[in-house]
Amino acid sequence: MTRKILDQQLREVKEKLLILGNMVERALLESAEAFRRRDLEASRRVVEKDREINDRRFALEALTIGLIATQQPVAGDLRLLAAVLEIAGELERIGDYAKGIAIINIRMGDSPQPPVPAEIAMMSQKAADMLHRALLAFVNRDTEAARAIPQEDDEVDALYLRIYRDLMGAVIRDPSAIEQVNWLLWAAHNLERAADRVTNICERTVYAITGEMTEMDATWDELEREDSGLPRPRSPF
Amino acid sequence: MEPVALELRNLSVYYGAFLAVKDVNLAIPRHQITAIIGPSGVGKSTLLRALNRMNELVPGCRTEGEVLFDGMNIYDPRVDPVEVRRRIGMVFQKPNPFPKSIYENIAWGLRINGFRGNRAQMDEAVEGALRAAALWDEVKDKLHQSGLSLSGGQQQRLCIARVIALQPEVILLDEPASALDPIATLKIEELMRELKRDYTIVIVTHNMQQAARVSDYTAMMMLTGEGERSGTVIEFDRTKTIFTNPRDKRTEDYVTGRFG
Repeated sequence: MTRKILDQQLREVKEKLLILGNMVERALLESAEAFRRRDLEASRRVVEKDREINDRRFALEALTIGLIATQQPVAGDLRLLAAVLEIAGELERIGDYAKGIAIINIRMGDSPQPPVPAEIAMMSQKAADMLHRALLAFVNRDTEAARAIPQEDDEVDALYLRIYRDLMGAVIRDPSAIEQVNWLLWAAHNLERAADRVTNICERTVYAITGEMTEMDATWDELEREDSGLPRPRSPF
Repeated sequence: MEPVALELRNLSVYYGAFLAVKDVNLAIPRHQITAIIGPSGVGKSTLLRALNRMNELVPGCRTEGEVLFDGMNIYDPRVDPVEVRRRIGMVFQKPNPFPKSIYENIAWGLRINGFRGNRAQMDEAVEGALRAAALWDEVKDKLHQSGLSLSGGQQQRLCIARVIALQPEVILLDEPASALDPIATLKIEELMRELKRDYTIVIVTHNMQQAARVSDYTAMMMLTGEGERSGTVIEFDRTKTIFTNPRDKRTEDYVTGRFG
């Protein structure tokens, strides 16, 4: 007894998830790069591209739900598809963060000061790299990687903290910069959240492979330490 | 886990020298539906029939081990097998009403089991059983027509009513819906959910989706032992666990359809 049709469709689902993930990864990198260069045209392209990300997410969901309805997957197959639905949603949200950065760039227009912190690009590269490896862990059923990747979120948080402190310093030096600082902080915050969502993808990966549901987000544990010095990661906007 | 209705201890069943079911240990929870699943020829029906000594009617069939029911081993020599089969009733794959009226299908079983009531009490018992089997509304105006005039799904519910009339504690169902269309199947499944309030139910089914829909617990059987010829229970758990995260790789392969 085999499940040729189911197996073939499961492969298709995984391939489409990887394609979606790849688009989101590029959106993160391109939006941060456009922001660094203050390239409004490139940011507009990121915004435009987000429509395709959303469409692909819906198509992947429809494919997955159709598969559940017609093939009655259970056990590991069902967990995989349930995880795909969640992960597709996380990817779409990460895409929104990238689009958010693009919109910030467009809204900031020509105002030059203060400059975009170099850490923004570093954050986007780190988050995109984590995302890339998280999706590989999912398709390769690599629980070890899926458990390890969320720990790297600290690096993204640390970059965010640096941006936060520098920008607060800038406001103190020049209170009139507050609006621009808000935009920059918001962009950095989007990247911080994007990395958090990679952690969610890793959680779903472990669930798909083992059936185990665990919270991997270490940020909150850290926040509970009074000396953490971390700002609350929720957007005030 | 719920209180136990039937406890199987080292239960093995032989057909002559052939070990069909090997060393099963299982606690079947009370007032729950337990499904027995597994590939063809693994001994699901044999195991089910061992739960009310139905196997003894098969020549050359021999059972070892114990089935504890209400604190008593049903294989104890002092136990009357007829009484066991009344308290642990069975419904078969193919509906098998007697070639008698709908009414008589139920009344007859009651009479041979020593029913002493008058006509009104018998009417009441027949109606009660038909109601419990969700058949009353469909047959109340034709109680004296032949049971064989009913549809397959109705016949199967009549057989369930016949078992219920004897006030059993456990109902064993051997592929009760495999000869029925999807709507009749769903009716039987709904009926099972209602019956579990009052009875412990054990069902053998080839249809894994049915096991997933209807049962609370699932026992997974697989061939094992020398030459892999004897069936045994390799995993027993809540149905939800069996169908979302089974422990045994063989169970996973079977429920996902990748067995063999």
